Amino acid sequence: MSEMDMSYVRTEMLPEQEPPRSQTGAAKWLRENLFSGWINTILTILSLAFIALVLHEFLPWIFDSTWNANSLSECREIAPGACWAVIKERWPQLLYGFYPEELRWRVNLSFVLMLVAIAPVLFTGVPRKLLWFTAAFPVLGYWLLWGGSLWGPLMALAGFGVGAGVYAAIRPVNNLAALIAGPLAVVIWWLAAAGPVAGLLAGGVPLMLEPVPSSKFGGFSLSIIIGVTGIAFSLPLGILLALGRQSNLFIVKAICVGFIEFIRGVPLITLLFVASVLLNYFLPPGTSFDIILRVVIMVTLFASAYMAEVVRGGLAALPRGQYEAADALGLDYWKAQRLIIMPQALKISIPNIVSTFIGLFKDTTLVSIIGLLDPLGLSTAIRADTNWNGIVWELYGFIALMFFIFCYSMSRYSQYLERKLQTGHR
Amino acid sequence: MTDLATDREIDRSQMQVSDKVAIQITDMNKWYGAFHVLRDINLTVYEGERIVICGPSGSGKSTLIRCINRLEEHQKGQIIVDGTELSSDLKNIDKIRSEVGMCFQHFNLFPHLTILENCTLAPIWVRKTPKKEAEEIAMHFLEKVKIPDQANKYPGQLSGGQQQRVAIARSLCMKPRIMLFDEPTSALDPEMIKEVLDTMIELAEEGMTMLCVTHEMGFARQVANRVIFMDAGQIVEQNEPEPFFNNPQSDRTKLFLSQILGH
Repeated sequence: MSEMDMSYVRTEMLPEQEPPRSQTGAAKWLRENLFSGWINTILTILSLAFIALVLHEFLPWIFDSTWNANSLSECREIAPGACWAVIKERWPQLLYGFYPEELRWRVNLSFVLMLVAIAPVLFTGVPRKLLWFTAAFPVLGYWLLWGGSLWGPLMALAGFGVGAGVYAAIRPVNNLAALIAGPLAVVIWWLAAAGPVAGLLAGGVPLMLEPVPSSKFGGFSLSIIIGVTGIAFSLPLGILLALGRQSNLFIVKAICVGFIEFIRGVPLITLLFVASVLLNYFLPPGTSFDIILRVVIMVTLFASAYMAEVVRGGLAALPRGQYEAADALGLDYWKAQRLIIMPQALKISIPNIVSTFIGLFKDTTLVSIIGLLDPLGLSTAIRADTNWNGIVWELYGFIALMFFIFCYSMSRYSQYLERKLQTGHR
Repeated sequence: MTDLATDREIDRSQMQVSDKVAIQITDMNKWYGAFHVLRDINLTVYEGERIVICGPSGSGKSTLIRCINRLEEHQKGQIIVDGTELSSDLKNIDKIRSEVGMCFQHFNLFPHLTILENCTLAPIWVRKTPKKEAEEIAMHFLEKVKIPDQANKYPGQLSGGQQQRVAIARSLCMKPRIMLFDEPTSALDPEMIKEVLDTMIELAEEGMTMLCVTHEMGFARQVANRVIFMDAGQIVEQNEPEPFFNNPQSDRTKLFLSQILGH
């Protein structure tokens, strides 16, 4: 190579040009994704043939069906395909269980109110003031669903106010004492004071709705009650457990680690059996502790242990510098957590958090094992009916579809949230 | 022999060292486990001083300034910042931290907040400044570091130099009396170092008390009133820049200077 070749000076800069035709549009997509080589072309054709075959078998079964019949045998006479009549007949039961028919408006109303209460949590466009309604909804929802006096759940809610009051009163004196006395006051209030006070107030202003016992609950409304309550409480509890696990305070840390490891090491079924059978032995005699409440508590504790680990993963992914910058600006621990650490850690954990939620929601079907009539429990009862004996695909297919709709919407929401919180690379 | 930090004349009219003590460190020692990182540190910083701390890596210079706002805890001796002694008392720590600003090597901006929110967060939540006022203060300092037009972007959309200037503005929004810089230019491309140094020089010209851990010897020469050389957790030599660079006394200082200035 001669020395002359080494020198080069560009005299004009090149303008930007359009990419070649074959690099854009549908043609490019088809070629890259379906027909990028002869093996892939064959696979594409085979796959299309397979899909066509499945649909060819499956679609007639779905559409060559009947909605109007009183039993499975009647169905089979009318149409060769699916027997959707069972869904039509048992639809109210699959939704409400054995909730009294004339009171079902209460379930519907609480479902609508639930949507209103969730809206400000899910979407930032909704007015922030609605969050107050969200905070009040557990009481309202409980009252609507179970009936009885409004004062009972209201006084239970007041327990948190009492706890906060005690905490605020003692905090100036001693931080640690306040941390212990606050929760203790809540428990004491619930065990000793809430009942009598509620009774007293109900004596003055009843605010009664006709009570509905837990044994009447069932169907998808039961799944939603357990699932939504579990989801709503397991996230904050999980966050606290994750923080506790990272705490410098030895006892707090030990309790959190012990709790997480114990709960994660035990099958949910075991916890549900504990809830349904054993818990009664531990409680003072005479206390009746609602079965659904017990199940909700167990499901929440179970999910929160997993949630704690998910959140801890998010915390571990944050660079130390974020903690240091928050410290250096003078933010205290809780402000740093709330404003700097958690928004980022939770954002990182969104896919896993939603996975845990979806898992929790599907796990609500396990309550059928301890005798609660969730959709799966009901399906067993329906199939035991002589009219519908032998029906399998339609019933389970329908229940699967309903669960899929719930879980898929959660999944879509998490993707929406991830996109919304995307703020460029970190 | 050193590259200068800036070509312009530095305005020294407000760069006055007062006789009031800003930071007093007495016989301070620190260990990481069994490792003795800082040994018998004695240092008095007066208001208006611009101190550059240099030394080989692992010499404890970053640890020293991180002790000043308690990002690291010292185990022996005394640190008094602005009349408040650093102890395990959380109230004192928060008080000192809100008066001492700090800039980090990796900026440590909050990636989930916009530039403006990064700057207003601490004033709003620590100082209880009303939001509107905090935003005015933030815009004032963003103008000062010459990036007001980026206020509504996220840190990930800015260059390294811009991010570091935002980090400086964020600290300034708390109206600190002392600024600590922990290798503010070490993670930056050469092109961007200058814009950060310019910002730091302007800050020095306004009379800010500054402690900078940096390898920018041009900055040390032009701006600092005192250069401290550390090695093996100890202060080996300190002097005014002229004699420090032209006539270092200790052999270790000589070796260090020859290594970083030699090429």
